[in-house]
Amino acid sequence: MDLSFVILVEMLYAVASLILIGAGLAVVFGMMKVINLAHGEFMMMGGYATITAVGLGVNVFVAMLIIAPLIVGLIGLVVERLVIRHLYGRLVDTMLATWGLSLFFIGLTTMIFGNTTTGISTPIPGFAVGGYQINGYNFFIIVVAVLLLIGILAVLKTTRAGLIARGAMQRADMAATLGYSPDRIYMATFFCGSALSGLAGAVLAPLVGLVPTSGGAYIAKAFITVIAGGPSLVAGLLSSAGVFGVVSQVFTFAISPVIGEVALLIAAVILLRLLPQGITGRFFKGKL
Amino acid sequence: MTLNRRKFLGTTAAMAGTAMLPRAVLAADTIKVGSILDTSGIFDAYGKPMDMALRLAVNEINGAGGVLGRQLEVKAYDTQSDMALYSQYAQQLTRQDKVDVVHGGILSASREAIRQTMRKTNTLYFYNVQYEGGVCDRNIFCNGVTPAQQAEVLVPWAMKEAGGKKVYTLAADYNYGQITARWIQKFVQDAGGEVVETDFFPLDVADFGATIAKIQTAAPDLILAPLVGGAHLSFFRQWAASGMKDKIPLASTTLGVGNEHKVLTPEEGDGIMVAYSYSQDLDTPANNAFKERWSAAYGDPSALHELAVSTYYGVHTWAKGVEMAGSVEHDAVVKALETGIAVDGPAGTYTVDPKTHHSTVDVHLMKFKDQKMDVIETLQQRPPIDTQAVCDLETNPDDNTQYEIQI
Repeated sequence: MDLSFVILVEMLYAVASLILIGAGLAVVFGMMKVINLAHGEFMMMGGYATITAVGLGVNVFVAMLIIAPLIVGLIGLVVERLVIRHLYGRLVDTMLATWGLSLFFIGLTTMIFGNTTTGISTPIPGFAVGGYQINGYNFFIIVVAVLLLIGILAVLKTTRAGLIARGAMQRADMAATLGYSPDRIYMATFFCGSALSGLAGAVLAPLVGLVPTSGGAYIAKAFITVIAGGPSLVAGLLSSAGVFGVVSQVFTFAISPVIGEVALLIAAVILLRLLPQGITGRFFKGKL
Repeated sequence: MTLNRRKFLGTTAAMAGTAMLPRAVLAADTIKVGSILDTSGIFDAYGKPMDMALRLAVNEINGAGGVLGRQLEVKAYDTQSDMALYSQYAQQLTRQDKVDVVHGGILSASREAIRQTMRKTNTLYFYNVQYEGGVCDRNIFCNGVTPAQQAEVLVPWAMKEAGGKKVYTLAADYNYGQITARWIQKFVQDAGGEVVETDFFPLDVADFGATIAKIQTAAPDLILAPLVGGAHLSFFRQWAASGMKDKIPLASTTLGVGNEHKVLTPEEGDGIMVAYSYSQDLDTPANNAFKERWSAAYGDPSALHELAVSTYYGVHTWAKGVEMAGSVEHDAVVKALETGIAVDGPAGTYTVDPKTHHSTVDVHLMKFKDQKMDVIETLQQRPPIDTQAVCDLETNPDDNTQYEIQI
């Protein structure tokens, strides 16, 4: 009984962390069709922003939930103005440019912070469930992921800004005719996507040892989650993170962590073979 | 002035000749020490202090009048954490610079990339890094500790401290972790215990939630964790975050080599058991004096680690061998070193093991405390028993293999 609860929490946590890792990319890649290979580095910088802010005496939650997203969002803004905006609609070129950016950010972070592992400890203590101890921070991540999804949904569905953004993504020319500048909208959306990546990196930072090359560990999972999710943002993220999180945790518990990772990749291959358009290409059509 | 081809060549040759003249005179006087290390790129946290330690040792020797009355000259190449550059610079060191000895190599891959070049060109080679053991080659001297040297003392001690016989192993999934996990199994059984489960983790796994739950199901008395790298550091974080740290004790063969105990907070690290041949916090006159010399040369000694210290030993061991042999000639120096030369230094005594060309070292049992390594007990002169089991250069001097040690 206790064990099944622990396993349930671990599964929810795995799903939640995939949602967090994928969210920023889902906006940038899913909505804007920019293949951002520097996504992992945006997350890494979110982690470093948090650690630096905490080192300067800022409350850890403020650092994670406000400062890190803002800083990474601003970095994203600069990147968008300088590089990305010249490359909209050129899928392969953005890939090359953002790959270069990822190398640049790794080098820059190494120069500033050095090539050593850093980190902060988790701000929430563990607690007991029957005979087991659970990491209390897992619940925080689950809560953040849930709020994030609700937030994205609310913004896209109920606000005018969300409507305009969605419209501009579908038909930029129409949006322009109606008097909205696609350039501005793209800029704002890229800012949001980067901020989400920064948030994810920041929230996950207390669980890992951070090095400038940490981004590499996230990038594959982020792309798998977003691509398997398919065209709709929230439903796609939720469904594919759900499938992969559960599959990898089941195999991790049953066999070993290595098999868990392998199972995740195999599940992704099978899923894309059966549903080449992603999960939401067939199911939940027309949902956000 | 008109310049034709013949004149040009003549002048440049003369110029180059004059330029080389003082160097040639100097070269006859100096002994050339080659160094090949990653002092930039992703492994620079290991390589930079090693390079500094090598230069510190060379400066000390030169300050004391050199070796055989000749000064040492360092020829150093930065391999930029790129394995391809190792073979290139090894050629340069051996064929162009014609150095008398080479110190260096960090990863096992880099060692294997240059070992044969050193052997072919008859250039003496010192590899000064903790590694998986088993290299058997009369041209190389391996100065770092091997898994058995650590695990042999760490496992029984940790089991005694934990007061139980059930051990759970978490290891990095590549040759070091696999080999070390097998040694752990052996030493646990020797101590009358049982390994209830061994889990391997690829180097980029950073999420240990499921594992922590599995460990609690297995309810071991002790966890042994030869985990490697930044991602695996997460385990120690998540373990502490789930409140397990004070319930099941932890021991590791790797944590702290890259000064990880300074990254973990005291709440996360305190009490973790380790065994190394060196720690900055060794409170011996030799180590305090060494740290002072280091500070005088470079300032803050906080980047110092075991690999730097074994490089320091490597240079001194070689120099002692040359003094004893009375020449820098390859075979004579090897013979001298094979008499079992011992060098005292910051980590105690390093003795060359003639049978394997590895080192017999002091191993210190330590616990993390307030981001330091608190020495609990020092075990004198532990031989490299794993390599000794497969390698005997006295009866088989032409051996040139890296054995996989069967346990």
